[in-house]
Amino acid sequence: MPTPLSTLGIGAEAPVILMTGSSHWDPTRDEVAKLIIRWRYVSEVDALPTTGTWSRREFIQAAITFAAAIAFGRAAHAAPNARAPEPPSMTAPATVTLHVNGRDLPLQLEPRVTLLDALRNYAGLTGTKKGCDHGQCGACTVHVDGRRVLSCMTFAVMQQGHDITTIEGLANGDALHPVQQAFITHDGFQCGYCTSGQIMSAAAVIKEPWGSNDSDVREAMSGNICRCGAYPGIVSAVQSVRGNNSSSTPG
Amino acid sequence: MIDFDYHRATSLDDAIQSAEKTSAKFIAGGTTLVDLMKLDVERPEHLVDINSLAKDSNLSSVSQLPNGGLRLGALAHMSDVAWDPRVRDGYPVVSQSLLLAASGQLRNMATMGGNIMQRTRCWYFRDTAMPCNKREPGSGCSALIGISRIHAVLGTSDKCIATHPSDLAVALVALDANVIARGSAGERVIPIRDFHLLPEQHPEREHALKPGEIITAIDLPALSFATRSLYLKVRDRASFAFALASAAVAVDLQAGVIRAARVALGGVGTKPWRSTEAERALVGRKANAATFRAAADAALAGAKPQKDNAFKVILAKRTLERALTEVTS
Repeated sequence: MPTPLSTLGIGAEAPVILMTGSSHWDPTRDEVAKLIIRWRYVSEVDALPTTGTWSRREFIQAAITFAAAIAFGRAAHAAPNARAPEPPSMTAPATVTLHVNGRDLPLQLEPRVTLLDALRNYAGLTGTKKGCDHGQCGACTVHVDGRRVLSCMTFAVMQQGHDITTIEGLANGDALHPVQQAFITHDGFQCGYCTSGQIMSAAAVIKEPWGSNDSDVREAMSGNICRCGAYPGIVSAVQSVRGNNSSSTPG
Repeated sequence: MIDFDYHRATSLDDAIQSAEKTSAKFIAGGTTLVDLMKLDVERPEHLVDINSLAKDSNLSSVSQLPNGGLRLGALAHMSDVAWDPRVRDGYPVVSQSLLLAASGQLRNMATMGGNIMQRTRCWYFRDTAMPCNKREPGSGCSALIGISRIHAVLGTSDKCIATHPSDLAVALVALDANVIARGSAGERVIPIRDFHLLPEQHPEREHALKPGEIITAIDLPALSFATRSLYLKVRDRASFAFALASAAVAVDLQAGVIRAARVALGGVGTKPWRSTEAERALVGRKANAATFRAAADAALAGAKPQKDNAFKVILAKRTLERALTEVTS
């Protein structure tokens, strides 16, 4: 018996199943996990019809096929049930060699892959976080040639020939970077999602010509948003590395 | 995001030639373009990456001009220009406009040329589900009937009320800077006041560049009283936000009397807004509160507020008055 197609909602990080056509469908956690299709594969999601009638079996099968295709790094064309035309592809993936944390990483990338997605999804360096993906939150901050930049706002192909440092490359072996240590000592985080961006930003701020006050640190770090509100700890961590006392008290 | 063809320009001529294709865009810092490509607002089929041209220091650094002015290379980054001592000391209004814009990370990416080419932050322009004459000519203006809190009160038309978002451009307009552009027909100088276009009946036309033309530099003229200049920006939060109102001012003050003045406003105009009306109200007058109020009234005399942004008229006046008070004290 066919049931109306389930509804996919597009969240900030992933499309999620909001509603299913069948009232007696009770998916396991594992099934739901498999059905969550990442936002970056929006073209694959586009390939799923959003209206019409699918059987529950068809829907689950398609979603799992998609999840599997993604897991194996394959594109949407692999999905047998895709009904919409494929997006035109003018540029096949080509080898893009990124120099990350002292190593050359040859990756097969389309030009439209951002540096952030290249690091996380192709190089396996997931320490750099995707928050807003629009240059507004700072979670994706990395260093390019020693300067802090947003990896979501540049294409990986543009960064060939540059020295890229991510949070994974900041420590010297087992010895933490002073900013990393300071974030621990001064309790500069709560949930930790923004923390790699905060630390990468701070590790550059300490070399930039800012004034010595807490207000200067707040201004310098204003491109890094912390939803937990760990700012007092962050300010005192940055100030401690710069040799200044902070009047901020971690909450 | 649509797929596109990527080309790394090997020279200025190569860049110009590559960008003459329809639907080609230059990319430098990428901080506007990548954002808008993700939103499907920008859909270039060819991207011409000009970052490798930064090897030519004429294009990427700050240099002294023979006439005493300063040349800002089009590929110079906002942070480097902001902290250059010649800019900071000679043209504080430029340095401040840069440091009050964006975030530290974005300032390390965004360039001079890209900054003045920024697209509006109008939320209807950024939302492809909504009509927008700037994005889809003839589709209508959602802001005119929608939520207009962040929109312009000066230079609006019945087709568009979107503000120009650049802070730097406001400082440049006050200083009478020149944009140096290069195309297949050679180099030309575009006064910054003529660079950005009013929306009028064609809000999709935003600037004076021709297809394939590229900005190579922005020239700041020699201006003795630019040392007494200031950029004041008012926004919804203390940092990292676009202006609700801003003022760029430079004043030649002698014995308490204003001999010459430059005034431009941001956050309230459809283009970076030079106010010669305010300047006329200042010149020859004593630098005091009454003079500043008269200048602010003159600057906003032609304002046409929308349903939600009448506050901007008052805010812009107060911003200008405070900027003039600070710069003359």
